[in-house]
Amino acid sequence: MKYMLLIHQGTTPTPDKPDEWAQLSQDEQQAVFSAYQALNETPGVTPADVQMQPPETATTVRVQEGQTLTTDGPFVEIKEALGGYLFYEADDLDAAIELASRIPAASMGGAIEIRPLVQW
Amino acid sequence: MVEKLEQIFRDRWGQVLAALIGFLGDFDLAEEAAQEAFAIAAERWPRDGTPGNPVGWLVATARNRAIDRIRRNRTLAAKTHLLEVPEAVEDTMDETIFQDERLELIFTCCHPALATDAQVALTLRTLGGLTTVEIARAFLVPEATMAQRLVRAKRKIKAAGIPFRVPPDHLLPDRLAAVLAVVYLIFNEGYGGRVDLASEAIRLGRALAELMPDEPEVHGLLAMMLLHDSRRRARFSGSGELVLLAEQDRSLWDAAQIAEGRAVLDRALALHGSGPYVVQAAIAALHTDEPRDWPQIAALYGELARITDSPVVQLSRAVAVAEEQGAQAGLEIIDRLALDDYHYLHSTRGELLRRLGRMAEARAAYRRALGLAHDDAERRLLERRLTELEGSTTGGG
Repeated sequence: MKYMLLIHQGTTPTPDKPDEWAQLSQDEQQAVFSAYQALNETPGVTPADVQMQPPETATTVRVQEGQTLTTDGPFVEIKEALGGYLFYEADDLDAAIELASRIPAASMGGAIEIRPLVQW
Repeated sequence: MVEKLEQIFRDRWGQVLAALIGFLGDFDLAEEAAQEAFAIAAERWPRDGTPGNPVGWLVATARNRAIDRIRRNRTLAAKTHLLEVPEAVEDTMDETIFQDERLELIFTCCHPALATDAQVALTLRTLGGLTTVEIARAFLVPEATMAQRLVRAKRKIKAAGIPFRVPPDHLLPDRLAAVLAVVYLIFNEGYGGRVDLASEAIRLGRALAELMPDEPEVHGLLAMMLLHDSRRRARFSGSGELVLLAEQDRSLWDAAQIAEGRAVLDRALALHGSGPYVVQAAIAALHTDEPRDWPQIAALYGELARITDSPVVQLSRAVAVAEEQGAQAGLEIIDRLALDDYHYLHSTRGELLRRLGRMAEARAAYRRALGLAHDDAERRLLERRLTELEGSTTGGG
């Protein structure tokens, strides 16, 4: 099975928000980096090869009756917006849940959405 | 004979379907094949006699039909590996070699990635062998809604890769709790009056106890259900009115089932069970004694409240404490609970206030309970209490 793990940062402190990030101790910051590194090195994981700017920088576009409507911000609320993703090839959903639970955002105020991918 | 056959089918459906899902890896395919096999059995068994190993016969027949079907649909490229299964001829097939995979099945159906109502429906459909119509009727939803719920759940199992297996040890406690919660939910739905579901839950509980003989909570749940259900016939009067435990006609209790419940509880205790279901079963067992051991019941509710951190359990403890130490002591516990929207809190308060002679407050509490209760039988009981209180002249509160 192939899964895409969508990382929603929620209220997780990230380096994107220096004030909040600074609230974490050096050790906590280091733990976040180590956790992501361990995830990226887990067999079956394909890390995203790009990094998204924070959701505050998003622009949302709709077309209604031929008119392009542009609004500031992500489609969902800022706190619910996608912050990153990775791919995981695993035996079953339990393995994906296990991996998701190790993503720092899951325990720091965010959540991970597991989406199975269509198999070709 | 037809009825007997139907009973065999109901009892065997879960086992047959579980074995087929394990073999075919597909719920829909397995269900179709199982239905086909049962249809063949319904035609042949009355004529040729029931085979010595009915489950083996049904699994083997269904398996062969499924393989035939897959052969016919060769375009299903993903399934081609099944074509390598050696050709089996119905009459010479080995009926003994199949594994009981009902546990794998129930853990799949009760996987936390499925919504609870889907877990319940799927468990009743696959393991319980209830039809979609029966499940829809039991949960008071339109058949189309229930059918859709089942289709969606099966689609998710397949698309999301929910495993068909008994969870490994580190996941087992949580996942078993989820399975037991589903069975308990089914039981409660039946305990509210829809009797078939209570029997269904007990059937599932028995199967679990047989499949997981060393899990104390499994026995605890089964014991609790047996003990509660043993009073089923006494819970409603001839005119359909709800009868409270203290006022029940004990001759209507099912003594054999109480004995069985106690024996299952003993098994759970012998396994050193002390989880929430074991404690609830122990309380249910104490409630069948006369006179009731209120200090012991209150202590067990205290233990249960500690495990579950539930204000509803605290309410039950308050009732036991009121019996043991007097209405005032019970009332003091109740008045600390944050359960203002719970009608049992107000009806219990009303009863304790009545005992203390605070009639106006008691009436107000019963009226509040009536405003919150939805179940018809519950409402009639509360109205009856209110009428009794209106009639009483003592006290002004």
